[in-house]
Amino acid sequence: MRWILPLAVIALLLVYPFVVNSFWLVQIGGRTLGFGTIVLSLVFLTAYTGMLSLAQMSVAGVAGYATAYFTAPTSGVGLLLHWPLALVLALGLATMAGLLIGLVAVRTRGIYTLMITLALAMAFYFLTLQNYDLFNGYTGFNNVEPPVILGLDLGANLPFYYMSVVLAASCYFGVRHVVRTPFGLALQGLRDEPDRLRALGYNVPLLRVLAFGLAGFIAGIGGILNIWLNASISPGSVALNPVIDVLMAGVLGGIGHPIGAYIGAFVFTVVDNFAIDFIARERFNTLIGLIFLAIVLFSPDGLTGLVHRAWTRGTGWARRQRGRARETDDIGK
Amino acid sequence: MIDTLADINWRLFAIVTLNGLTLASLYFIVASGFSLIFGLMRVVNMAHGSLYLLGAYVGFEVSEATGSWILGILAAGVVVAAAGAALQVSILSWMQGQDLRQALATIGVSIVAADLMLAQWGGSAYQIALPEAVSTFVPVPVAGRYAMARLMLIGFALVIGVALWLILNRTRIGMLIRAGVDDRRMLEAMGVNVPLVFVGVFAIGAGLAGMAGVIGGSVLSVSPGEDARYLLSSLIVVIVGGMGSIPGAAIGALLVAMAETYGLAYTPTYGIVYTFAIMVAVLAVRPQGLLGRAA
Repeated sequence: MRWILPLAVIALLLVYPFVVNSFWLVQIGGRTLGFGTIVLSLVFLTAYTGMLSLAQMSVAGVAGYATAYFTAPTSGVGLLLHWPLALVLALGLATMAGLLIGLVAVRTRGIYTLMITLALAMAFYFLTLQNYDLFNGYTGFNNVEPPVILGLDLGANLPFYYMSVVLAASCYFGVRHVVRTPFGLALQGLRDEPDRLRALGYNVPLLRVLAFGLAGFIAGIGGILNIWLNASISPGSVALNPVIDVLMAGVLGGIGHPIGAYIGAFVFTVVDNFAIDFIARERFNTLIGLIFLAIVLFSPDGLTGLVHRAWTRGTGWARRQRGRARETDDIGK
Repeated sequence: MIDTLADINWRLFAIVTLNGLTLASLYFIVASGFSLIFGLMRVVNMAHGSLYLLGAYVGFEVSEATGSWILGILAAGVVVAAAGAALQVSILSWMQGQDLRQALATIGVSIVAADLMLAQWGGSAYQIALPEAVSTFVPVPVAGRYAMARLMLIGFALVIGVALWLILNRTRIGMLIRAGVDDRRMLEAMGVNVPLVFVGVFAIGAGLAGMAGVIGGSVLSVSPGEDARYLLSSLIVVIVGGMGSIPGAAIGALLVAMAETYGLAYTPTYGIVYTFAIMVAVLAVRPQGLLGRAA
């Protein structure tokens, strides 16, 4: 019974390309998986360590910028490297960025973490905007293409989609696995009772910084998928709006469980693409803002929480779901 | 030759310093409202930048229609104070004590507000016309001459700072606010209508942001995106100065604005780095901010 739902989802993801057109394949499917992985890094931090970070899009941006810098130099900015080395560097830099943000935010809790990570995210935005030596300023980088491996062009629709599925699924199951390891259990311990955990001899600040590092690695994978999908990156990709978008998608889906990340990213992407049919294209932000506000007001644990409550009422299935991440309103307390 | 060079540098330095003070004044007025709201209610009002921008647009419309700058700034103060009170009554009061959820709700409000203001006023930049009397230049030692309006802004910030200090420390409402900061539940138990105090403080903080919008729109300019800029500056100012402390907001505003102005003037491509170096240094030494109390 426990395995029916995940297997059904995997089967659906595998046959998805054969039932939809290329727009739904890449612009909805590919985008949901890449963006969702960035959201997953936020959900991992929030659900299992109680820290709400607004800098995850910036960390993804670090990976994106590094990928561009090392694989697609533009107007003299950049250093062409072989792609495996470039990707290792991009993921390494994203992890480093995550660790650094963790170091800055480690002594803060709840709302303070939110403020400080937002300030860091905006600092990165202004840095990319003002700096031409590393980030090529306002223009950023263009024509960033995924590599061709043994004649297989990862930039083509179908390979790109399957690569996104594999990477997103690895991240998702990776997170599900990590939270059951001693490290993951210690994180949940420090989320609930940091003082007791400290008394037990755990190094709480170190655990927090490591959690940020892991979240940085996951966001880095999402960032690389994202830049391959968009083929370009500029300060606009790490500005306030995309930074908030990650939070909105997380809250929409529900920041209590990893699957909420992809559900939120999917809903967000669909609304983003089809807002034009409900309301003028330019007023997308009003629509998504109101949906977000409604979720915060009426269902703080997001759409997954909503579905979960409806499901529980029907079947009592939740009683078997032990060790679930806790409710969203407690996070940060 | 060398003398002339030294002369020019000193002049530039003086002008940059004055620009820094102007910016610090503006940051202080915006951030003091933000800090006041946070100090009493533990609400991080992510829509504070939107209130600033709304004030600027209202001030622009009113001063265009009436030709009076004073009416513009008064209207902005009143309208934005009402908007702030409405935000507190309609949304935030329902989730009092859930600070993270309140921050998320104000993020939602700021997104909707930014989009609606963009729909109403478009993407272009506006300049609010100053009264004739202050759109002059006055002689200043070393710097040569400097815009009267900018000097007035510095004076205005001083007046607001002193007024806030007097209200908080010398009046009954100030006593209630300080008591609320220290122990909200005890104040409630003594029969004070705390929700009403909350609405009042939210209105004052929002009104300050609204008036700052008009001043910022006159001395600098108004355009979409300013909301994010002033929200960010308020965040950093209160992180550096200490949450909920008005003197802290003043010190934070000075440090942040000076770092930003000198940084932009002398090392343009890394200007923003200094601001964040200050923030990180303060967080490393005093996580509660320079004048903040431990949470």
